[in-house]
Amino acid sequence: MQRALLILPEKCTGCRQCEMACSFEKDRSFNPSKSRIRVFDIHSQARFIPYTCTQCSQAWCLHACPVDAIRVDLSLGTKVVHDSLCVGCKVCTIACPFGTINYNADSGKVAKCDLCGGDPACAKACPTGAITYVDAEQTGYGKMRHWAVKTDTQTAAQV
Amino acid sequence: MSWTGKFLRIDLSAGTVKTEALNRDWARQYLGQRGLATKYFTEEVDPKVEPLAPENKMIFTTGPLTGTAASTGGRYSVVTKGPLTGCIACSNSGGFFGNELKNAGWDMIIVEGRSPKPVYLSIENETVEIRDASAYWGKTVWETENGLKADHQDPLLRVASIGAAGEKGVLYACIVNDLHRAAGRSGVGAVMGSKNLKAVAVRGTRGVRVKDPDRFMAVATEQKKVLADNAVTGQGLPKFGTQVLMNVINELGALPTRNFREVQFEGAHKISAEAMHEPRPTDGKPNLATNGACFGCTIACGRISRMDPGHFSITSRPQYSEPSGGVEYEAAWAMGSDCGVDDLEACTFANFMCNEHGIDPISFGSTLAAAMELYETGVLTKEMTGGVELKFGSAEALVKMAELTGRGEGFGLELGQGSRRFCAKYGHPELSMTVKSQEFPAYDPRGIQGMGLTYATSNRGACHLRSYTVASEVLGIPFKTDPLSTDGKAALVKAFQDATAAFDASGICIFTTFAWSLENLAPQLDAACEGEWTPEVLLEVGERIWTLERQFNLAAGMTAKDDTLPKRLLKDAAKTGPAKGLTSGLDKMLPEYYQLRGWTPDGVPTPETLSRLAL
Repeated sequence: MQRALLILPEKCTGCRQCEMACSFEKDRSFNPSKSRIRVFDIHSQARFIPYTCTQCSQAWCLHACPVDAIRVDLSLGTKVVHDSLCVGCKVCTIACPFGTINYNADSGKVAKCDLCGGDPACAKACPTGAITYVDAEQTGYGKMRHWAVKTDTQTAAQV
Repeated sequence: MSWTGKFLRIDLSAGTVKTEALNRDWARQYLGQRGLATKYFTEEVDPKVEPLAPENKMIFTTGPLTGTAASTGGRYSVVTKGPLTGCIACSNSGGFFGNELKNAGWDMIIVEGRSPKPVYLSIENETVEIRDASAYWGKTVWETENGLKADHQDPLLRVASIGAAGEKGVLYACIVNDLHRAAGRSGVGAVMGSKNLKAVAVRGTRGVRVKDPDRFMAVATEQKKVLADNAVTGQGLPKFGTQVLMNVINELGALPTRNFREVQFEGAHKISAEAMHEPRPTDGKPNLATNGACFGCTIACGRISRMDPGHFSITSRPQYSEPSGGVEYEAAWAMGSDCGVDDLEACTFANFMCNEHGIDPISFGSTLAAAMELYETGVLTKEMTGGVELKFGSAEALVKMAELTGRGEGFGLELGQGSRRFCAKYGHPELSMTVKSQEFPAYDPRGIQGMGLTYATSNRGACHLRSYTVASEVLGIPFKTDPLSTDGKAALVKAFQDATAAFDASGICIFTTFAWSLENLAPQLDAACEGEWTPEVLLEVGERIWTLERQFNLAAGMTAKDDTLPKRLLKDAAKTGPAKGLTSGLDKMLPEYYQLRGWTPDGVPTPETLSRLAL
């Protein structure tokens, strides 16, 4: 079963534990600026929103790469940057409509979320459940349940 | 590791930037942040220095756990000699600035001298420049922070800055970072203003490394669970913030009201955490928009409030209906019950003013409360206040004076001198509720006796964050003591003071101590830093820091006579509540406290004590 990150911004407090966990997983240091997942503080609306790559099926980054450095991990469904092949041309950063693949000046390569090989550090570090790792085909399950309860006015009236 | 091992020395008079290596021996003795910076400060600065003179220095300092995944590990402090108090000042702030400084590769910034013109300090990792800030002089904290982000074309820039209050010498001006987190007390913002330093703007991308990464991640994760499982840090603080205390402390008869004349406020429930959650009748929305965390914090006590757009304070200024930092308990008390104001929206607006202009809401509210008492007794008149009726309970007066003080204008400049100077000027020094010229926080020492000793002996003047015995006396952490009794409080205060100093030296927020003791902190430091860090070592570091601060204050001219409380608390009994009939029993606790500290009856550390602490 493929899994995916489920992000629920309403639960996020903006603490950046996910950013630290991500950079630690990749570089053994706490460096939010290098994190593949970022938290946005929309101050004027009192909202905190974590955001990262959603692992597109037809990934723009992958198709744009001129040296085939971005490849599919079939078991996880992730699009993975192979550092040994990446030439740092950044075409993928232009192609990605979502901005979730970015250049790292220290390595000279691009970096994106690869779900930590199936055990994403951000989800483990999140203290509020704003980031979880769930069945990729059921990311709408919680919302469906919520609306199921709301929609069912008939039996609700009977209990 | 965990310390970056280097710091910046900025001479604003000469306009120079230097890099120095961290003194590792001092780091072993004083850990970091409050401890290590105090060591540097006391080694380099004459205790008699005039706080607003160029010879005073100020140190922006992180702790070894700042910028790590340890929960709440985002703190920084500003250490200097405080203009409000004449004592050592150490003001701690959260938000995101501390992590950014550490991630840029710096443990500290020592700022010296005075720039001939307004400047700001720009730090991008190793690239450090003193830049012209003429365009920002006179601007608010919010304008400065947003303006610098735009100038640098960098939304990720982190900024700590002052407003007009700091520029104009309001003696309790703060340094504000991330729009509403502040190094709040003792007037550190006025020192920054005296140096013509408007802001420090930082971007850091170097990464923070720890000694034993795997062990560190394991213990940090384990300790986060301890916070999550605790009723205060896991439930109370995230839901209600520090404001969870408003009704509790009022019930206990320890909520100072109308300049400490009373100990219970009839309007407490209207300005409480519960009230912040209630939908308003006017627009159907609650005051509280959401809670928010500082960097790395898994508690998330911060309040983000949205004002009622129809409130009189903002009807002509719709920009203030956007969400911003809401009231914490201290602000709600100082500007609420201490001024007799029960209008939550007015308190929220005044809080926005404190954040936007960079003033300490505790000292401001408390000074305003004293002014209100002087107004009530007829010493102050409407002609003297610029036409404002300074009546207890007046939300209009609160709102007006918060803005005037923040902007350093008119009668606000007088209030900006703090309650001691203000009351002395009008011939009633007894109405100033201060210790060492710093205004009290929100716990009446008649109803919570340990806090009387806490205030009297605090090294930075009256303060609740130096030994928060409320934890024991009210909440039963780590064990319950009777708030109305003085028994055992000397030992309690000393233990809390020493442990707190160790936490303040580590980069961690003191709010973790509702769930953590040094037993929980030590393994995280031990995995992160060189050396062996045990609870015993940390307690000794804490005591060493406390005693060093005391030594500085004594050399600055303080004596045991300054370890006291205003007469109102020592002579006038509480009129209502559980503490009815009680005054503060400071005289019963203080001699025992000196003895436990290894100080003479005059409050001076003995040579044996100094040598035991390697001072």
